[in-house]
Amino acid sequence: MDYFLITTSLLKIVGMLFIVILPMVSYSVYAERRVSAFMQDRLGPNRVGPAGLFQPIADIFKLLLKEDFSPRHVNTFYYWLAPCLALVPAIITIAVVPFGSTLLGVPMVIADINVGILYVFAIASLGVYGIVLAGWASNSKYPFLGGVRSSSQMISYELSLGLAVIPVFLLVGNLRLTSVVRYQIEHGWMIAPFIGDWMNLGKWLLAIPMIISFVVFTIAVFAETNRLPFDLPEAEQELAGGYHTEYSSMKFALFFLGEYAAMISGSEVIVTLFLGGWHFPGIPDGSHGWIFGVINIAVFFAKVAALIFVFMWVRWTLPRFRYDQLMRLGWLFFFEIALVNIFLVAIIVAYFRF
Amino acid sequence: MPFTTREIESPDPVTRVVAADAKLRHADDDIGEKMVLNMGPSHPATHGVLRLVLELDGEIITKATPDIGFLHRGDEKIAENMQYNQFVPYTDRLDYLAPLSNNVAYALAVEKLMGWEIPPRGQAIRTICCETSRISSHLLGLGAMALDLGAMTAFLYTFTEREKLYDLFELLTGARFTTSYTRVGGQIRDLPENFISRLEKFLDGFIPQLDEIDKLLTRNRIFVDRTRDIGVIPKDRAIAYALSGPNLRGSGIEHDLRRKNPYLDYDNYDFDVVIGSAGDCYDRYLVRIEEMRQSVRILRQVIDKLPSGPINVVDWKNMTPPKSRVMTKMEELIHHFIVVTEGLDAPPGEVYFAAENPKGELGFYINSKGGGVPHRLKIRAPSFVNLSILPELLPGCMVSDVPAVLGSLDFVMGECDR
Repeated sequence: MDYFLITTSLLKIVGMLFIVILPMVSYSVYAERRVSAFMQDRLGPNRVGPAGLFQPIADIFKLLLKEDFSPRHVNTFYYWLAPCLALVPAIITIAVVPFGSTLLGVPMVIADINVGILYVFAIASLGVYGIVLAGWASNSKYPFLGGVRSSSQMISYELSLGLAVIPVFLLVGNLRLTSVVRYQIEHGWMIAPFIGDWMNLGKWLLAIPMIISFVVFTIAVFAETNRLPFDLPEAEQELAGGYHTEYSSMKFALFFLGEYAAMISGSEVIVTLFLGGWHFPGIPDGSHGWIFGVINIAVFFAKVAALIFVFMWVRWTLPRFRYDQLMRLGWLFFFEIALVNIFLVAIIVAYFRF
Repeated sequence: MPFTTREIESPDPVTRVVAADAKLRHADDDIGEKMVLNMGPSHPATHGVLRLVLELDGEIITKATPDIGFLHRGDEKIAENMQYNQFVPYTDRLDYLAPLSNNVAYALAVEKLMGWEIPPRGQAIRTICCETSRISSHLLGLGAMALDLGAMTAFLYTFTEREKLYDLFELLTGARFTTSYTRVGGQIRDLPENFISRLEKFLDGFIPQLDEIDKLLTRNRIFVDRTRDIGVIPKDRAIAYALSGPNLRGSGIEHDLRRKNPYLDYDNYDFDVVIGSAGDCYDRYLVRIEEMRQSVRILRQVIDKLPSGPINVVDWKNMTPPKSRVMTKMEELIHHFIVVTEGLDAPPGEVYFAAENPKGELGFYINSKGGGVPHRLKIRAPSFVNLSILPELLPGCMVSDVPAVLGSLDFVMGECDR
């Protein structure tokens, strides 16, 4: 038995979950409220603690102390299962994402498996069950409509999600997410492959389809995480909350946190695939000293935070799509673009022999 | 005693169970079965207490039945039991997003019955009231429509501007929301000293803000997709359903009571009647945006031409005399006593007066048999009439279009249910 591996893995899991993910989830709720307030000329929560920093703790206490009410007409088993299914997949997706180089010789990824991205897709698509089951088990009309909308939305956008990453793996030739980062360190970030190789025409050409890929992937992640402009399953003004209409107390909070956890894990995957992961030009990796290992981790989470800000920015700027427009956009626009994009990249790769 | 249709059809419980069972047996498959969705009375998109019973085929609406009356307070009956001036606060609660213009419309209706005309300064002040409340009401209409479509930020931008307008209303009337500013024959007080300068300051700041909201929404692809060709009201249907206000003009009919039947001093001012072309939600939205610009234009002209002089009917033989005189002069004290206890001495007869309110044509029909109280008072509420088109407008739309259509019709249930 490799006790070293087990110990470090456990440490990484516990550290990732309780030091990084859960605080990040609750503080992104806080950030969302502050950012929206900033965009709307308001102040946002600023009463609990300095600058309102203890607001998430107060919120969680409030939600825990609320009455956990289940209506009588629900299907109890699935009704209880759904909130867990909404939160858990979002969190365990993060297992394969490399969040740093190495720290004291330990690679900063919980499970460096060779089917990395497939694992991400497999687990992330489980998230839809949480919403569908919530909609179905609530046995009520608005949640039902929300659940139906969400299942078709997620299935449609998973296609563009899957197709948009194929160019990345055409270049890397390996599904392992650590090798994606390794490739980007050597050949420039996926959205800017010309970095470090400025005179190479092929690299400049390659940047065009890679940026398209990045945009399609990011939009598909928006749709996957049910963020506005794709938040049709909950659509406050149409479905009065959608799938979580019948939920209260901590069960409702789990849906809420699940949405933010999905947003964070989505951002982490985007950063890893397209934005160079933990790499920043000029900063060496963790083998040059533990301080660099820490800096790498900080760089990674700084990039994630920047992407989360973009998520919020979009949410507070755009109106919501209609259900059929969303489907049309997914099937007739993003699907085609992603498909053509694969051929573009393939041609460039074959011609310039990357 | 049966009191539901179901009980009339099958009076005793046993027959009812048998009937339901037979119905279930006949419905052997679920294909083509429609879902009935109850939207409201407490639903975020229904702006108050409108209840819609929607029959859905998937997400497409096949039948819509509006159910109103949740906010019915019997305003018209109340009016029969009180003097003309006592009814002014009730008009605040009709279209509670534009209380000032309701006050003005009501006062003008009663003045028409009395045969009075108020002096130019009073009329100019009333025009200011009407146009500021038009801006305030349209801002909320736009903001709520954007909010219903998911663009929350635009809603808060409009609310910031409304907040400034409420400050102005407070300065003018002493209340932010329920203004009760007018009396039959005039206003309770003249413009405060700094009112005009603060109004000018507001107007200067308002246009850039409106441009920003305009930029955020008008050419926003998602917003356009959500509103264009949704809830189309053709010209003939708009007339057939007697729509009024921006909803009528959105369908391309140039009908504005300020122009067609000038009241107050509207014929002194230069403004355009804004009309749409297609009559969809997007056109109604554009009409509101442009009407606010026209209101600003009118307000600037009013400020330029603001006459001096008295604000109320000068001959106070029949209305409350000024307070300063009541306190010092015997004659006026007696007058005040008579008017307050017995009310205005209105002549017998009937009048109908309609004003172009933000929501549409707000009309008051007063039937008087003489004396201080109306024999009958009927309110022609624009929201009520505008909502009547819903059963025709909604079928064929999707559930997601309901907020767009409701938002673009811009109704207030306080006025609809009265």
